[in-house]
Amino acid sequence: MWFKQWLAKRPPAKRVTRPPVAVAAWLQTNTFHHSQFTDLRALVAEKEKQHLTISLCIPTLNEEKTIGKEITVFKSELMSRYPLIDEIAVIDSGSTDKTCEVARTFGAEAYLAADILPETGDRKGKGENLWKAIYQLKGDIIVYVDADIKNIHARFAYGLLAPLLLKPEVKYVKAFYDRPLIVSKDVRVSGGGRVTEILVRPLFSLFFPDLTAIIQPLSGEYAARREVLDSIPFPIGYGVETAHLIDIYQRWGLRAFAQSDLDQRVHRNQSTQALGKMSFGILQTFLSRARALGLIGEMPERSQILRQFQVRDNVYEQVDSLIREMERPPMLEIPAYRRKFKRP
Amino acid sequence: MTTSMESILDALPRIRNEARSMQDIVLANLVAIGEVPAPYQHEEVRVRMMLERFSECGLQNCSTDATGNGLAILPGAEGKANIFLFSNVDTLADEHAEPSLAFRKDEIVGPFIGDNSMALAAMASLPILLERLQIRLKANIIVMGAVRMLGHGNLEGLSGFLNNSGMPVQYGLSLEGVQLGRLNYACLGQLLCDITVRLPEDYNWVQFGATGAIISMNDIISRINKIPLPRRPLTTIVFGMIRGGVSYRNIARETVLSFEVRSESADLLNQVAQQIKDITEDVAANSGVTVKFDIFARRAPGGLDISHPFVKQMRTIHTALELQSQLYSTTFALTSLIEKKIPALVLGLTTGTRRDDLPEMEEAVAIDPMWTGLAQLVGVLLAIDGGFCDVV
Repeated sequence: MWFKQWLAKRPPAKRVTRPPVAVAAWLQTNTFHHSQFTDLRALVAEKEKQHLTISLCIPTLNEEKTIGKEITVFKSELMSRYPLIDEIAVIDSGSTDKTCEVARTFGAEAYLAADILPETGDRKGKGENLWKAIYQLKGDIIVYVDADIKNIHARFAYGLLAPLLLKPEVKYVKAFYDRPLIVSKDVRVSGGGRVTEILVRPLFSLFFPDLTAIIQPLSGEYAARREVLDSIPFPIGYGVETAHLIDIYQRWGLRAFAQSDLDQRVHRNQSTQALGKMSFGILQTFLSRARALGLIGEMPERSQILRQFQVRDNVYEQVDSLIREMERPPMLEIPAYRRKFKRP
Repeated sequence: MTTSMESILDALPRIRNEARSMQDIVLANLVAIGEVPAPYQHEEVRVRMMLERFSECGLQNCSTDATGNGLAILPGAEGKANIFLFSNVDTLADEHAEPSLAFRKDEIVGPFIGDNSMALAAMASLPILLERLQIRLKANIIVMGAVRMLGHGNLEGLSGFLNNSGMPVQYGLSLEGVQLGRLNYACLGQLLCDITVRLPEDYNWVQFGATGAIISMNDIISRINKIPLPRRPLTTIVFGMIRGGVSYRNIARETVLSFEVRSESADLLNQVAQQIKDITEDVAANSGVTVKFDIFARRAPGGLDISHPFVKQMRTIHTALELQSQLYSTTFALTSLIEKKIPALVLGLTTGTRRDDLPEMEEAVAIDPMWTGLAQLVGVLLAIDGGFCDVV
């Protein structure tokens, strides 16, 4: 398993010597609001000063209805007006609609994930697209943005890029979309979606309390430095975001993270059954890491079948879904990648 | 800068190509402005967003006036004359609706995108296009997103600017999202009317067979529809909206009909108004309901002559862009300018449809014709600036 191999190779000293970081202090220093970064000229100047290139990756599967608008907004605001982004690319899982055609029409590069690093095979899942993007895209920083955002705005990219440009110690910036509002004397509860609050946050509270500082650990928008992305394994399915957080935390600590409030995000709602599948995949990823890190003991062989129920004509039926959280190795282990990017 | 009308016409293909090259900027402006709701009397947020875009695109003096219009200026090299571009900011959308645009390969779909987010986006994009073309006009260009224009707004934003700005305007261009090729040089006279039928206080609610306000309104509509209307001068009545009642089984207490009377003749408008007034009084007297006839906007017919150089040059530009000018009188935005003796035209920027497969408020606009629409706009600005639209 890639994670175990990766874990064995990572420098263990860093984990031991890492000073503890108080969550409250981190929240103060590493939590931002996109409105802090509206001076795009300043961000472009910072990027140029650091000689950085930035790629925007949009992983897609049948997103023809929203992809055109998303590309147009990013291209206009962050390439034509303010050259913050050097490249916009769609990495597609094999859409049956016109996602790639529409993406190209509006000025993005569009690639089929299956055509990238074909020698490594073709697996289906968002994580696969994110992983292959590391090879395909050129940027020193990659920002990932989902394709289903209806209220798309340039802040979905620059709000994540700014902490990386302005704070050298930050390596990975996560989006969140809810701002705690103080109304009179009441404080509104703020947090993530159902899977976050019911599954991921309780697990982090048990095993990785520092990571509970990440307000929305499952948000699909984040930006990271290449040297981070190419050195961590990528689950190809639902567990990719959870795995990133644990793996980066293990290696670089909470200081490597920042999070940005991007205000409202309007997108498709998922059914409870779909969230059940997501939770099942995340749980697989989490347990494998907890086991490899020695946080839990030996476990019996785990089924990869999720069993859910539906009722048809007053008869209960069990619906079985095979959910296998396979993982891709760190991209640095792929020879073609090392050759392309001249990495040792 | 431009020495002849021929050189302007020769430049149109280059202008169109340059406009096409900034597709992302125009469409991003369309998203930024078009996705902000702007119902009548609640246009502030869209105006604010529009001014933000105006400012980012290089316009100066971006501000709101006393009426709430969003205004900005692109200063000319000489600044002696002002060319006025405007479009309505307000829409007929529900206050709480959150418009969302959908991009398809060749078109964009969304509520009121043709009327008139597209025009606002074009105005916000114009300074960048002129800069890329290295065009600086002698005259100032004033751009305005006008508030409270539709329905009961009755062109309030436009009138407010013209009456109070203190900025003399030499030429006016009213921009509409659709249809590309339209060339409105005159406006019909117009009455905007509401008829309200209301049951009296002492109405017998339990009487079997009681019919309520809808039947009386039906009577009124039938009789208005029988008013003979001449084809010359062209006169029409458009029944735009009707509302009333609360459920299937409750007798409607009140019904309101909103409609428009249009005519090329001011006398005919007055005649028709009198006939409608007679009908409403007759129905009220015979059925015991209360009928209120309200003409809340009255506009006189007028406009440019078709032989005016402004119209002629615009037609030349259309021809050069392989567009067939659609010459007809409109009912809307020219009125206030015409009253001030300001030569003005209405232009459309792209092609669009309100198709059966789209919800009531949604419109689809085509992407590729936009670049021709922007080219005609730049072309006519150059023609005005060069003095080719002046009456000699």
